[in-house]
Amino acid sequence: MIKIIEKYKLGPGMNFALLDAPLIAESAEPGQFVIVTIDEKSERIPLTIADFDRENKTISIVFQEMGKGTHRLANMQAGDFLYGVLGPQGNPSVIHENKDVIIIGGGIGIAPVFPIARKLTAHGNRVTSIIGYRNKDYVFWEDKMNAVSSSLLIATNDGSYGEKGFVTDLLKKEIESGKNIDEVIAIGPPIMMKAVSDMTREHSIKTIVSLNSLMVCGMGMCGACRVTVNNEIKFTCMDGPEFDAHQVDFNELMQRLGTYKNDEQKCFEDWQEENNGC
Amino acid sequence: MAVNYKSVPMREQLPDIRRKNFDEVPLGYSEEEAVEEAQRCLQCPKAPCISGCPVNINIKGFIKHIQNREFKEAVNVIYESDTLPCVTGRVCPQEDQCQAKCVVGVKGEAVSIGRLERYVADRDLEQRANDTKSIEINENLKAAVIGSGPAGIACAADLAKAGIKVTVFEGFHKLGGVLVYGIPEFRLPKRIVETEIETLKKLGVEFIKDTLIGRALTIDNLFEKGYKGIFIASGAGLPKFMGIPGENANGVYSANEYLTRVNLMKAYKFPEYETPVLKGKSIAVIGGGNVAMDAARTAIRLGSEKVYLIYRRTEAEMPARLEEVHHAKEEGLIFKMLTNPVSYSVDDKSFVKKIECISMELGEPDSSGRRRPVPVNGSNFEIDIDVAIVAVGTTPNPLIAKTTPDLKIGKYGEIPVDENNMTNKPGVFAGGDIVTGAATVITAMGAGRNAAASMIRYFSDIEQ
Ligand SMILES: Cc1cc2nc3c(=O)[nH]c(=O)nc-3n(C[C@H](O)[C@H](O)[C@H](O)COP(=O)(O)OP(=O)(O)OC[C@H]3O[C@@H](n4cnc5c(N)ncnc54)[C@H](O)[C@@H]3O)c2cc1C
Ligand SMILES: Cc1cc2nc3c(=O)[nH]c(=O)nc-3n(C[C@H](O)[C@H](O)[C@H](O)COP(=O)(O)OP(=O)(O)OC[C@H]3O[C@@H](n4cnc5c(N)ncnc54)[C@H](O)[C@@H]3O)c2cc1C
Ligand code: FES
Repeated sequence: MIKIIEKYKLGPGMNFALLDAPLIAESAEPGQFVIVTIDEKSERIPLTIADFDRENKTISIVFQEMGKGTHRLANMQAGDFLYGVLGPQGNPSVIHENKDVIIIGGGIGIAPVFPIARKLTAHGNRVTSIIGYRNKDYVFWEDKMNAVSSSLLIATNDGSYGEKGFVTDLLKKEIESGKNIDEVIAIGPPIMMKAVSDMTREHSIKTIVSLNSLMVCGMGMCGACRVTVNNEIKFTCMDGPEFDAHQVDFNELMQRLGTYKNDEQKCFEDWQEENNGC
Repeated sequence: MAVNYKSVPMREQLPDIRRKNFDEVPLGYSEEEAVEEAQRCLQCPKAPCISGCPVNINIKGFIKHIQNREFKEAVNVIYESDTLPCVTGRVCPQEDQCQAKCVVGVKGEAVSIGRLERYVADRDLEQRANDTKSIEINENLKAAVIGSGPAGIACAADLAKAGIKVTVFEGFHKLGGVLVYGIPEFRLPKRIVETEIETLKKLGVEFIKDTLIGRALTIDNLFEKGYKGIFIASGAGLPKFMGIPGENANGVYSANEYLTRVNLMKAYKFPEYETPVLKGKSIAVIGGGNVAMDAARTAIRLGSEKVYLIYRRTEAEMPARLEEVHHAKEEGLIFKMLTNPVSYSVDDKSFVKKIECISMELGEPDSSGRRRPVPVNGSNFEIDIDVAIVAVGTTPNPLIAKTTPDLKIGKYGEIPVDENNMTNKPGVFAGGDIVTGAATVITAMGAGRNAAASMIRYFSDIEQ
């Protein structure tokens, strides 16, 4: 059982939770994730470790309400217990020294890029962070990102905050400005990561993405998370979650994410009905 | 005394009924049936059955006790060599082991050793859990066991009984390894595994779930934390795929994923339990072992209209337990022998729609001594399906190997050990599927006990 120490909303459908998880906090590194089980009936929900504190023995998760699992998680409060949290899972991000790196976070993907940006900066890299939100109501962790970046660029889809447009619009400007870019690291919805990847491929800029494939076990024994990278089967939970973007088959990733659409929708609607009923 | 060549049948759920539920199929012997079956045992002086058992249970001895209605004595004989008789009585391939050597079996049906084992073990299951008391534990002698499958359970039990403080680390949120995530309820009721785990807890064994060694902690971290001996029992859980076109289509599962969704996550109770599984009207299962059989029979129970078993050799070569093959046939599994998949095709949303296969014929014997299946040119054909389950084997999980630089690893990712189940790294022992590759419950359990015995010697050496 893992205790929720703190829990609050970051914006519409976006949640923050601080968990008392000593063993995970001890070894967690940027880029790794956990698998959360709410109770015996819940799915195993993969969530990135958005922050960790070795001294206070805590980890943070930031999550968006999607289906029943994440909605139920959002309904939990400080003081409640989770049935289980497995982690840290996946390979830590590879952090180089003294490079020019662009970090891109889209929506909820801003949480996982934060610890990566922090470590990159601590290792003498010059970090330009580009973060994108739907609109100004969804803005979170701007201050945290600012503190760990050499420069911070913000986009919203409707222009209600920062620049109007997508993260790729800001990336395009950075590339066209002719600055040196050694590496791009992008985390967000698959469609965003694909767009970033297509853009950087043209300019031969090395790009890393963190894949959010479906998962069941999160420890290499089921293959639910398999993706095609460089024409080979890879398991996101064991071989990833970070991969060379230019080798990832994004279409397959997105198709596989749709496997249970009907079931998920039904499960969620039933649950909503039940909850409105009482 | 005249020899009785017919064994006492075990009552079971009828095929039409059990196709629709996940309850256990064979219902077990009554006391009278067990004694009657035990009477068929000739008590041969040489008792060849014992040499057929991978852990050499004194079969002759325990059956003698059943003949005398000394049931507690009977099960105690089994416990000397087998920690989990409720489990092995159900899942051992007896027809290849003890019963293959049975003298009665030469002319008639072998004595049903597995069923008798199950009978006395079931009788004692709750009793033993109640009777178990913890013994005094030496807090300075700490051992870590990695994995809670049969190898880990057996090792932990013997270590605890020797007064060693044991902590079992398990990656999953439930304990039992393949016994809970792989083998379905209709073959091995989960309450049995739960009771065995409760017994271990009473012995003073500590369990830490949701903790994967190699990520949260490495082997060397465990030594730093004061564990003096470590037993690796992490199994062979990494599923193999065939590498044929279309294998990543929606609806193509590894057997491990399919069984984990249904058994561990209880997708058969979706949406009450929240993990979904594609039910499918027409399902192809690829493989010929116990895993394939379990996946196929699970698919039947989830209501699929047609379930095909696609296997590249013939039924005679199938490694699955005979009883499961027999049960599967009764339940309506369609056997497509001498058939191998070539590719999958999909609909416009990338869901699998057809499996293309090729017919095979048996050629020269291969290294395993079985005749090698070779494709028949031009014999390709298609089957309409909406789910496929790939059960063509598993390999050891590479995580511990990758994170323990000085641990010797074999060609297939397995961990080599000596006759004491000791690895090349001092204080580190290994056993079960991680050493042998995918094998059986009884061999994993035997390895766990052998390792425990070596670890107890090792502990007494370092204490001096
Ligand atoms: C390594 C990794 C890290 C992730 N990190 C975060 C994070 O930090 N914050 C965050 O909000 N989300 C994260 N996700 C996605 C998150 O796991 C899913 O949104 C969540 O599982 C949805 O569960 P649900 O029951 O609410 O929705 P469901 O009703 O089950 O599904 C809703 C949608 O979520 C996707 N989804 C469902 N189940 C899974 C699953 N097991 N794994 C991945 N996607 C799934 C499906 O494509 C579906 O369209 C991560 C995913 C992975 C694989
Ligand atoms: C579907 C299926 C049906 C089968 N049917 C039969 C049968 O009828 N008869 C028979 O004799 N055998 C059968 N087998 C084989 C048998 O179950 C295995 O040989 C046996 O379980 C191996 O035991 P083990 O203890 O070595 O490993 P497992 O039972 O595989 O247990 C290993 C455990 O270790 C955990 N683990 C792995 N890595 C780590 C880590 N790094 N840190 C922490 N925990 C970890 C895993 O989660 C798992 O719980 C079947 C197998 C399957 C999959
Ligand atoms: S989620 Fe099971 S192998 Fe990756």
